[in-house]
Amino acid sequence: MTETTEMLRVDATPALPHDLMSKFDGLIAERQALADSGVRDPFAIVMEQVKSPTVAVIKGKETILLGTYNYMGMTFDPDVIQAGKDALDQFGSGTNGSRMLNGTFRDHIDAEEALKEFYALDHAMVFSTGYLANLGIISTLVGKGEYIILDADSHASIYDGCALGNAEIVRFRHNSVEDLDKRLGRLPKEPGKLVVLEGVYSMLGDIAPLKEMVAVARKHGAMVLVDEAHSMGFFGEHGRGVYEQEGLEGQVDFIIGTFSKSVGTVGGFCVSTHPKFEAMRMACRPYIFTASLPPSVVATAATSIRKLMHAHDKRRHLWENSRRLHGGLTAMGYTLGTEKPESAIIAVILKDQAQAITLWQTLLEAGVYVNMARPPATPAGTFLLRCSLCAEHTAEQITTVLRQFKVAGQAVGVIG
Amino acid sequence: MTDRRTVYETITGLIEPFNKKGVSLADATTFQGDLEWDSLTVMDFVASTEDEFDIIITMNMQAEIETIGQLVDVVMKLKA
Repeated sequence: MTETTEMLRVDATPALPHDLMSKFDGLIAERQALADSGVRDPFAIVMEQVKSPTVAVIKGKETILLGTYNYMGMTFDPDVIQAGKDALDQFGSGTNGSRMLNGTFRDHIDAEEALKEFYALDHAMVFSTGYLANLGIISTLVGKGEYIILDADSHASIYDGCALGNAEIVRFRHNSVEDLDKRLGRLPKEPGKLVVLEGVYSMLGDIAPLKEMVAVARKHGAMVLVDEAHSMGFFGEHGRGVYEQEGLEGQVDFIIGTFSKSVGTVGGFCVSTHPKFEAMRMACRPYIFTASLPPSVVATAATSIRKLMHAHDKRRHLWENSRRLHGGLTAMGYTLGTEKPESAIIAVILKDQAQAITLWQTLLEAGVYVNMARPPATPAGTFLLRCSLCAEHTAEQITTVLRQFKVAGQAVGVIG
Repeated sequence: MTDRRTVYETITGLIEPFNKKGVSLADATTFQGDLEWDSLTVMDFVASTEDEFDIIITMNMQAEIETIGQLVDVVMKLKA
């Protein structure tokens, strides 16, 4: 508790007529109240050691990680680690520059080649993070007088991409094909339009009705961008995402993805079918005006992506884990974000912040780490514990997790 | 065709289900300050207003709208 309390301590306010920091007083008070109630801060977890994709040491305790985006468990893959070590030895620790100038090394090109192979598409562009990929592509692609039509539950990086650009922004109700159709129908015919969708929505773990949505977008002459951050590696025959599973190859103009989830490192990308896509490199500010990824990162990414193409056993095991956790929690009487296991994310819906934090802490003390998520990150003002599965979770680990959910849920009074 | 009073009444009618505090409504009533709506309520309300009038109120326009009166004016303009 000491470090939390200290971090929250408010020193004397500087003597200025308008303290710009005072707008955060509400947030400071809320966190202080949380700290005073004696619970651990869910947003200040430190992993002292990481033993595998599924186990870390937190406050000296060995803990099962059930709240990372390491869906395919690639972070400790020996080939991936070796590729990173080799790149460190051969190319040094960083690039010191932008992709446009001195920041493109052999392995940045190789990571883009690996993406082209993975998606069987002609164009790939690697960004420094997934956030920057959305920021860059969305803000650059759609200009003044043109329209971006996005799902209301879109990720912050999509909203921020809209805010950075000059386009007109139109929202539709989450996953509603009818709502999208109506809104597209009300827009003027002439200007260019981009419909922005996500394969898997990361808070509840629900998937988009992409087939119907892409058909509606096409009907109204709009281009389509799908963010497949939370589906890469285990949706569709080649692991390309929900769009592949829905049979939409060739019908999605831009696919956004990340290296920080199934790929197991950090970085972002866009792949595209568009013949003029390469022009984006010359216009996209979040691509140009930031440092490129270190050589070791792109080398690990390239190796991991190529291994993911053939990771059929891992995929199968990940889906098995998802079904088992979803089934087990449902049987105990928990309310979950989706009726069926739709992805590798299982969200446990709770009634308020107090209940969510108490259950979260009880699980953590029993050696199970999950994410506590709250508004504004969550839809419809919900408080939830988000579990995300990994292909490397063993059957025994899932058994342990289920047992702890039962004990903790009964102790906190969430389940009977 | 549509007079301002009709639009105003339709909009206040749409506000009612979201007016949990029973705030009395006027042209100068603000969505954030008086009605204390969060971003999710705004989203729901905007969607129902759009559907009622068969219009699009872009997020760019929404950023400029603070009061019921301003919303009525925007709807009048879009329906003109």
